[in-house]
Amino acid sequence: MEKKPFERPFIKKLQAGMPSKFGMKSMTEPITHIDDIPVSEIIADYGSPVYVLSEKTIRDQFKKAKHAFTTRYPKVQFAWSYKTNYLDAVCRIFHQEGSWAEVVSGFEYDKALQNGVKGSQIIFNGPAKTDEELKKAIDNDSLIHIDHFDEMYAIIAISENSEKRPKVAIRVNMDTGIYPMWDRFGFNYESGDAWDAINRIMVNEKLDLVGLHAHIGTYMFSAGSYKIAAGKLADLAYGIERKYGVNIKYIDVGGGFASQNTLKGAYYPGSDTTPSFDEYAEAISSALLNSQINPRNLPTLILETGRALIDDAGYLLGTVIANKRLSSGNRATIVDVGVNLLFTSFWYEHEVYPAAPVSEHMEETTIFGPLCMNIDVIRDAIAFPLLKKGDHFVIKRIGAYNMTQWMQFITLRPNVVLTGTDGKVHLIRKQEHMDLIRQQEVIPGHLK
Amino acid sequence: MRIKKNIAISDSGFVFNPTTGDSYSMNRIGRQILDYLREGNTLEEIKPRMTEEYDVDEASFEKYYFDFLSMLRQFELLDEKNED
Repeated sequence: MEKKPFERPFIKKLQAGMPSKFGMKSMTEPITHIDDIPVSEIIADYGSPVYVLSEKTIRDQFKKAKHAFTTRYPKVQFAWSYKTNYLDAVCRIFHQEGSWAEVVSGFEYDKALQNGVKGSQIIFNGPAKTDEELKKAIDNDSLIHIDHFDEMYAIIAISENSEKRPKVAIRVNMDTGIYPMWDRFGFNYESGDAWDAINRIMVNEKLDLVGLHAHIGTYMFSAGSYKIAAGKLADLAYGIERKYGVNIKYIDVGGGFASQNTLKGAYYPGSDTTPSFDEYAEAISSALLNSQINPRNLPTLILETGRALIDDAGYLLGTVIANKRLSSGNRATIVDVGVNLLFTSFWYEHEVYPAAPVSEHMEETTIFGPLCMNIDVIRDAIAFPLLKKGDHFVIKRIGAYNMTQWMQFITLRPNVVLTGTDGKVHLIRKQEHMDLIRQQEVIPGHLK
Repeated sequence: MRIKKNIAISDSGFVFNPTTGDSYSMNRIGRQILDYLREGNTLEEIKPRMTEEYDVDEASFEKYYFDFLSMLRQFELLDEKNED
């Protein structure tokens, strides 16, 4: 006779409380498949933990964002934010969809070139570009977004010995009504620094001022702030048109659109509070179209959206290592995914789902990672199903930043796979191994 | 190990402690173990029955059994003064 499935015995104290109309559905629905591929099969083939990216979700999200903007504004160009996820396979999907590259270091710049992006379609942001990197960007006709006067004068100095005319934009920081205001990057709008930078570029005959850029912050819940930012950039563009008779070719409103993850301490879940692409698009497009800019010379709108395009496509699959009780009597579950692989767990309440059907019983659980570090907490006090040692789980919405800010710390980084639109699973980054780490180390002679 | 005599347990896994007024809910396996304990069974008697009925090995069952007992103790549902 076949035995019944075993669930660990469980007892929970019932707490009486005020009924709430905001009561949320208990999270017991498992994620058993990703793009019709069984989670158990992916773990069997590629180990645990393993990152999974869905090509279909990436393309769908991109199309949704593109549609929101192109239906409202005539000239739109996306530039894939490399720092959000620079695995080559991911970048190439975005480039296939028509995205340019937005990079913030020489390393990312070279990666974009190696992914076949034309130099003229690379936006070079960041506060720390070396002279060699700037020279390369100038030679390749890339769009250099100037962060400070020292960089501007470095570009002018390089251009004196170059036949190329550098194509530059200035990064503008401004008050958009949000706190804290990001003012460490670029030139300030309100203080007049931005105009000072514009005037110095315009009177210098070596540089072409082609764009204006702002990146007002990250995880912006307010579409209205983008409206203010786009409006201020449009004012600058109109001022340049009037003063110098030059039409700015593009306005770049940066990135910062929120995904649907829930920030720690947030009262409502991110899925209820995050603005849609349509709301962001409406705010930005209306600010540009309603500005003083001559409609016949409307600048291209560039978007450096990262997180909102890739977060939903990423999953992190893992396995329960052990269950224990803390001194308070609360349940603790130890899993094989640590904060070294899930950097975003420091600021998100990540959604964790069982990978197989479970009963409706949930227990308040703290999920700890495998690192021998007190900070290694994936979720604190989550209502979690009664998973046993060896059971698998799926952490949802982790595609942004985790595959660039991950750390080789105590453990090695695992495989990353892509569920392709061809229905197959593709390995896109191999798990690290001891030799890879040790080959970078050098042992001095007297220690051999 | 015994359950306090005045504890009420319903078939659906609902537990009521009239001394404190607290209520608890259990899953099916929890209720089954509690029933065995009320009947005065020991771990050595419960273990073979559960491993026979469910897909669980003895070591794993024992681990979950003691974890469950620690929760009963935490909720003061065990009668530890009148231990055999």
